[in-house]
Amino acid sequence: MKREKELLKGNYAIAQAAVEAGCQSYFGYPITPQSEIGEYLSSKMPELGRAFVAAESEVAAINMLLGAGSTGVKAMTSSSSCAVALMQEGLSFIAGDEIPCVLVSVMRAGPGLGYIYASQGDYYQATKGGGNGDYKIVTFAPASVQECVDLTYKCFYVSQKYRTPVCLLADGMLGQMMEPAVVGEYPYEEIDQSSWALDGAKDREPRHIASIEREEETLRKRVVKIFEKYKQILENENLFEKYETEGAKLVITAFGSVARIAKAAVKMARKNGLKVGLFRPIMLNPFPEKLVAEIAQKVDGILDIELNCGQMLQDIKASIAGLAKSIPVEFYGRPAGVMMTVEEIYKQIEAIYKKMDEKKYGTACI
Amino acid sequence: MEQLVYKKPDSIRDDFKISFCPGCDHGLAVKLVAEVLDELGVREKTIGIASVGCSVFSYDFFNVDIVESPHGRSLAVATGVKRSKPDKVVFTYQGDGDLASIGLGETIHAMTRGEKVTAICINNTTYGMTGGQAGPTTLIGQVTTTTTQGRKVEISGYPLKVCEILKEVDGTAFVARVTLDNPAAIINAKKCIKKAFEAQLKGLGTGFVEILATCPTNWKMTPQEAHARVRGEMSEVFKPGIYKDKVSE
Repeated sequence: MKREKELLKGNYAIAQAAVEAGCQSYFGYPITPQSEIGEYLSSKMPELGRAFVAAESEVAAINMLLGAGSTGVKAMTSSSSCAVALMQEGLSFIAGDEIPCVLVSVMRAGPGLGYIYASQGDYYQATKGGGNGDYKIVTFAPASVQECVDLTYKCFYVSQKYRTPVCLLADGMLGQMMEPAVVGEYPYEEIDQSSWALDGAKDREPRHIASIEREEETLRKRVVKIFEKYKQILENENLFEKYETEGAKLVITAFGSVARIAKAAVKMARKNGLKVGLFRPIMLNPFPEKLVAEIAQKVDGILDIELNCGQMLQDIKASIAGLAKSIPVEFYGRPAGVMMTVEEIYKQIEAIYKKMDEKKYGTACI
Repeated sequence: MEQLVYKKPDSIRDDFKISFCPGCDHGLAVKLVAEVLDELGVREKTIGIASVGCSVFSYDFFNVDIVESPHGRSLAVATGVKRSKPDKVVFTYQGDGDLASIGLGETIHAMTRGEKVTAICINNTTYGMTGGQAGPTTLIGQVTTTTTQGRKVEISGYPLKVCEILKEVDGTAFVARVTLDNPAAIINAKKCIKKAFEAQLKGLGTGFVEILATCPTNWKMTPQEAHARVRGEMSEVFKPGIYKDKVSE
C-alpha cells in the first residue's frame, strides 16, 4: 500500500506510528502538550482490539507498562516533564527487569509546572534519569514530524531487540506543530519475545521477572550485562545528522527542534563564507562521545545550542575532555520563552567566529 | 495398602524455598492459593504479581510465571498484564502496607475499573519485612517500632478497613475477609480464595480476599499467642466475613 504524505501534527504522528508499529497496549494520563496521543489512541486501540487504559496517575501508567511489557507485547505510555518525573521509580524497575517498552516524553518548559512552551529542559531527566541504581534509558530525539514517525518505529524496534525501555524525547513545539509527513509501514523485523516473556508456564519451567537479587555476585553480573547492552546499542543503533562538518572551523551541536533553526543559521553562515557545520545527535543516550571527539579534533571550536541552561553541554564537554587538541566549547541557550530565531543564532556564530579568529578562546557567551 | 492422602500442590515449586518466619501465616496462605490454582486447573495460564514486602520472593515458591512490582503498584502491574493477555489468569499477592497504604490508589482504581484479576492481601497489622513498623492497619494501642507507646489516634489516626471500602467499589465482584487460626477458618479461607479467582474467570470483576495473618516475629508472640490475637482483638476491629459476592448470585 502506498502511503500518502499528509499534514500531520507531531503528537498524532507519534500515535499513528505507534499503531502502525503494532503497539498492543497503551497506558496514559493526560498532560499537555502531549494529550492528543492518548486522545487518538483512546478510540483507535479499542477499534483494533488492542488495550487502552486511562490510568489514574502516571505512577499507575508506568507500572501498567511494566506489566504489559513483561508479557512481551509492544507497549507504550506518553507523558511530559513533571509527570515523567513521577515515572522514574517505575523506569528504574523496568530497566532492572530488562522489560521492553516505549516512553514518549514531550517536554514542557521550566521546573515544577513551568509551562507548555518548547523546551529541552528534560534532557537530564531523559538521559540521566531520576530513578535509582545503574541504568540508562535509551533516548532518541526527533527534530521533525517525519522523525516523530520514524523514531517511534525505531524506539519500538530497539526496545524489543535489546529488551530495554526506550524514550522518544520530543518537545512542545514538535508535539503541537503540523508539517507534511508519511506514516509508512513499520520498517523493522519483528523480534520474537517468546524465549523470556510471561505467558503462563505451560510445558515449561515457570519464569520470573524481578529486579531483586539476593546473591551479590549475580546482581553485579546482571548490571554489567545490562551495560554491555548499552554498548551494543550505541554501536548498532546510533543515529545522528552531520551537516557541513567537513572542513568546518566551528561546529554547532544541537538536538531536537532547535537543531532545525541552528541548521538554517549554518546555511546562512556558509552563504556568508563562514566555515560552520552542524552535528545533531539523534540518539542522546547512550551518548555518542567518540563521534563528538572525532569531530572536535578537526575543528577550532564548538557552539552548543539548547533550549535549556546547558544540559547536553555537559556531555559534549565530557566527550572532548582530555583530547590532545583542546578547543573551546561555547554555549547559547534559552530555557523557556520565545523560540530563538535563525538570526539570533547567526549572530552568535558570527561573534564566536570573530573570537576564534582573534584566538580569544574559552569564554562563555551567556 | 498405600493411599495418597496429601500431596504438595503442583502450583508450589518442587524446589520451593520459603523465606517466612516460623509461625507466620504466609506459608499457609500461599499453599491455599496454590491449591486453588490447581483445583481450577489454571496453573499453566497464570501470571502472578510479586509485591514488595515479605511476598517479594513469591517466585521461590509459586510454580507459575511471576513478575515483580514496585512497592504498592501490584494492581497497576496486574492491569498491564491482564489487558495485554486477557486470556491469562492474573493475581497479586500483597501485604497490607503494599495494598492499603502506598498502593491504595492503585488498589481502588484497578478495582473501580473492574479489572478481571484477583488480589490477595495479607493483613498482619505491621510492616513485617522491614522489622515491624506501624502500618495502615496497625490497631489502636498496638506497640510497634514506630508506635513504641502503642498506636495513638491523635498521632496516627485509625486502622484502615479495606474490605469495608472495597465492597463499595462497583468493579469488585467478590470481597471477603478471612482468618487462618483454626481448621474451619482455613477451609473457609480456601473457599473464599477460590471465589475470588472465579470472579475473574467468570469475567465478573475483581476478586479480593483479605487474610488476617500472624506475624509472631514482629508481634513478639508465640504462634499460638499470635493466632489468639487474630481471633481476639484483630477480628474485633477487622470483622471476618463475606462483604460482597457476585459469584454466587
